[in-house]
Amino acid sequence: MAEPVLDIRSLKKSFGAVVATDGVSLDLREGEIHALIGPNGAGKSTLIHQIAGTIRPDSGEIRFLGQDIGTLGVAERARLGLGRTFQVSSLAHEFSALRNVMLAVQGSQGSSFRFFRPVMDDASLKEPAMAALERVGLANRAGIPAAELSHGERRQLEIAIALALGSRAFLLDEPMAGMGPEGSQALTAFLDGLRQEAPILLVEHDMEAVFALADRISVLVYGRVIATGSVEEIRNNPTVREAYLGEPA
Amino acid sequence: MSSALIIEQVLNGIQLGVTLFLMAAGLTLIFGVMGLINLAHGSLYMVGAFACAVVAAATGSFWLGLAASLAAAAAAGAVMEILVIRRLYARDHLDQVLATFALILIFSEATRWLFGSFPLYLNIPSALSGAVHLPGGAQYSLYRLAIIGVGIVVAAGLYLLISHTRLGMRIRAGESDREMIGALGVDIRTLYTIVFALGAALAGLAGALVGAQQSVQVGMGEPVLILAFVVIVIGGIGSIKGALIGAVLVGVVDTLGRFLLPVLLEVFLPPSQAASIGAAVASMLIYIVMALILAVRPQGLFAANA
Amino acid sequence: MTRERTVNLVLLLLVPAAALAAQAIGETFYVTLATRIAILALAATGLNIALGLGGLVSFGHAAFFGIGGYAAGILATHAFNQEPLLFGLPGSKQMLVIWLTSLVASGLVAAVIGAISLRTSGVYFIMITLAFAQMIYYFAISWPAYGGEDGLSLYVRNSFPGLNTLDPMTFFLICYGLLVLGLLVFATLRASRFGTALQASRQNPTRVAAVGITPYRIRLVAFILSGMVTAIAGALYADLNRFVSPSMLSWHMSGELIVLIILGGTGRLFGPLAGAILYILFEFVLGGLTESWQLFLGLILLGVVLFARGGLIGLLAGKERHG
Repeated sequence: MAEPVLDIRSLKKSFGAVVATDGVSLDLREGEIHALIGPNGAGKSTLIHQIAGTIRPDSGEIRFLGQDIGTLGVAERARLGLGRTFQVSSLAHEFSALRNVMLAVQGSQGSSFRFFRPVMDDASLKEPAMAALERVGLANRAGIPAAELSHGERRQLEIAIALALGSRAFLLDEPMAGMGPEGSQALTAFLDGLRQEAPILLVEHDMEAVFALADRISVLVYGRVIATGSVEEIRNNPTVREAYLGEPA
Repeated sequence: MSSALIIEQVLNGIQLGVTLFLMAAGLTLIFGVMGLINLAHGSLYMVGAFACAVVAAATGSFWLGLAASLAAAAAAGAVMEILVIRRLYARDHLDQVLATFALILIFSEATRWLFGSFPLYLNIPSALSGAVHLPGGAQYSLYRLAIIGVGIVVAAGLYLLISHTRLGMRIRAGESDREMIGALGVDIRTLYTIVFALGAALAGLAGALVGAQQSVQVGMGEPVLILAFVVIVIGGIGSIKGALIGAVLVGVVDTLGRFLLPVLLEVFLPPSQAASIGAAVASMLIYIVMALILAVRPQGLFAANA
Repeated sequence: MTRERTVNLVLLLLVPAAALAAQAIGETFYVTLATRIAILALAATGLNIALGLGGLVSFGHAAFFGIGGYAAGILATHAFNQEPLLFGLPGSKQMLVIWLTSLVASGLVAAVIGAISLRTSGVYFIMITLAFAQMIYYFAISWPAYGGEDGLSLYVRNSFPGLNTLDPMTFFLICYGLLVLGLLVFATLRASRFGTALQASRQNPTRVAAVGITPYRIRLVAFILSGMVTAIAGALYADLNRFVSPSMLSWHMSGELIVLIILGGTGRLFGPLAGAILYILFEFVLGGLTESWQLFLGLILLGVVLFARGGLIGLLAGKERHG
């Protein structure tokens, strides 16, 4: 079998006496959606932070596209193609939706040390950015400042930014959060197709979406992966039912 | 070079450090609790010095002047907090810098208008005007020793206040979680005013103590303010312990640098050059120390909120 | 044309029009006043790159203003005394040489100060930039070779090929030309990829890193460019007064540069110019009425910060729009 796109081995991270990540191993393979679920405080956010590079693990290994990225900074990991969306939308709020996506195109093209040409006249930034906005259905809102977009539109914009980055893997941190039922359905359909482009590590509380989308599910409880498997396996796993779904085994 | 001279310089350094601590403690407390950078802290130092000089001149008593400096600076601080500062807590640092810069202009010009541009003089109280013999045969100014004593008392007092009193508990709660303290039902507006006035009183005390050594004039607080910034950057913003250690470090390094560098350079250079280069480098020394510490620990030695 | 553009155009034409009118009625004092406006506006435009675009509240830009001033003073002094400066190189009275020296010197110093200060953020950054500027200030005071505390006089204004710089109007036009160039630099940067990354780093550094751009490097280059533009203004200021002193390096100067930007309107292309016009007018009008004019400046500034965040341009042109 081909090497996984993202491969995490025995990752550990403690904050003082609290062990937030306790020997987590999981991988993300080409073409799949791997969902990461678990109760609040299970350490999902800490794990995402370590993969994205905002938190350094105490020990363990993170390999991306065959390369150890454990010592790289956030920006370097993003340049390698690790595309991330945030749990709470994180945008350049004064810029228009378009310019937010153009920033990502600019980041993927490499150099930001270009001082003369106005970005708004630069088709090599604008066209890919518009294409990404169109894909998430935000093209008609391109000129609106991010601060004035609705909550759902900002979530879509986050996805467009990850697309424009030319990501080789997506880390999506609760993309459905705060979306209405219609928005969730549309996004579910969209992510369903997206996995062909690049695999998705999906952290999500919306179980309907998770069960509809995931090829595999890993369950994180108290910083440990207590089970990994297909939707059916996880649904029927007694440990999971007890620890997470709150049912007696 | 005699050891007596070195002891004297070290004590001078500690005395400068103590003065800086009185300034830095207030600054760092105000930042730690309210998240505010206050450039006008030097104006409160000036208020304390002027109050002491005026009251001492009118009554003939330095001690009444000293009490007046505490009262005047605390009052000025409380008024400043109520009229201006409390509107700034929710603002960004740029607004805080600008508004408190405006306060400096207002305080300086108002003081100049009231007292003129000429310095006022404030004498050291007669009870402290002598010198004491140190072990090793050196003589040292009693007044300077007294300032060091005041610093030790204030540091101990702050420690007790913060770790052992109800007010201190609220201050600590305010540092770690501003919403929590509101939820506990503490009147946060009053707490902030008290903390600000306390910081102001310490600055006023420092101004009065130094005013008796030097002259009392408009703008006297600004060089001290900037040194106090260096102190809290080194010590870690928000940390009283960091302020104390940073202050003594800055005081001693600055004083000894000015004293020793020209002497050391005489080994390599002709005396006149050694003196001028030594003085120039010594004036930069604490900033170099600051840069080195930041290169290793960007949040300072004892970062409170790291 | 948007309202902001109209306001900008008026501001841009106002100062030269006033200078020409003053020249026509023989009041060269006002030409000098207009020159001061141009120079201060240029210095603040430099700072505006770091502060307005990058959100980097540098409280130490007097360092670069002073370095430009001392570059002019030191080069001119060596040229006058015919003593070699460094490595046998002579001094110079040519503005072009002086400007180039100012750019190089301030760029190097800004690289060092920026590399250390930008490791921190927020209040630390403010205090550290202030402290480094203060270090240079004290160095200038205690280094006796170039006047120390007393400062350094330039015997005659430096020269520019083909122009008579001693003529106040000509010198004004040089300064104003450089201001326009500085504004062009600012506008070009703001619209460029670099400016996009810089502004985004102010709005949301986490987002910038997540799209593969390192905010630190962007900010460092911005800080260097910012210091260099301010240094050119410093060199002009020395030529205007034919005098440099440590007061150019003082923290009041740093504060005033920030004040200019805020009076005019933060983040606006023409904010520094509007602010400089206001500032010099305050100084001239209030200063004529009372010696304590800075008291009133303080009150006005306090009012602007507490109640009128947009500054003059915000008042005239309304809210800002981005691309």
